[in-house]
Amino acid sequence: MSSIKPRVKVPKEVSVDEIVEIKTLIRHPMHSGRMKDADGQTIPRQIINSFSAKFNGKEVFQMDLEPSISTNPYIVFQYKAKESGKFDFEWIDDNGEIYSISKEMVVS
Amino acid sequence: MKLKKLKKISRRNAMMLIAGFTGTAILPSISFAQSSQALDRINEITKGLGATESDIWLDLPEIAENGNQVQVSFDIDSHLTESDHIKTVYILSDGNPSPNVAKFSFTPEMGSCSATTRMRLSKTQNVYLLAENNNGQFLMTNAKVKVTIGGCGG
Repeated sequence: MSSIKPRVKVPKEVSVDEIVEIKTLIRHPMHSGRMKDADGQTIPRQIINSFSAKFNGKEVFQMDLEPSISTNPYIVFQYKAKESGKFDFEWIDDNGEIYSISKEMVVS
Repeated sequence: MKLKKLKKISRRNAMMLIAGFTGTAILPSISFAQSSQALDRINEITKGLGATESDIWLDLPEIAENGNQVQVSFDIDSHLTESDHIKTVYILSDGNPSPNVAKFSFTPEMGSCSATTRMRLSKTQNVYLLAENNNGQFLMTNAKVKVTIGGCGG
């Protein structure tokens, strides 16, 4: 599972008060616990249940995910740029595994 | 005297009968309207207060060919100040095995109260959006999506 690598698109340079769009995508099967494999066995539930975005250590956006969210969760949100800093994105799996990525953003 | 009394009772009975009839005629329509799991969940979240129908931009395709990946976007007009902002947004489904789809927590630092994600839809159904602002008021809207191939693996 350590092969899971999230992808995030954050603009590198923005101007003050500009609203930036942040796109995130993570490769994950999101087993809802209702699907069956080729042998007819139910695949146990394993999903990413939480996503959060921190800017300079302060949480600005958080999302709880349920089995109704698609495979490879795609999340887009907007943020108003005020100062330069670092985004920390974090995805938490049902089994407690955490996938994270950081991105710098320069505000001029 | 006895006859009069009998008459009175029969009239009362008649009234009760009529009331009973109208009751049974109205009741099924109410119970039908409330059998929606998404509306039940909205009631649960709002603790029975209910939500006001609002003009929220909720974007979903009218027809989803593949229920596995249905893009859902929303945008809510909000001042995004400490004293007035949308705190939480719920996406709820009416026809999936569970009504909960996603819960978003917003902060005033956000540029706008909007987000996009992709969800599964098992069949043709209504998708609800419920938003709570920091004063504890609820807003809601819904959209109907026709699903050609379901996406819950059921």
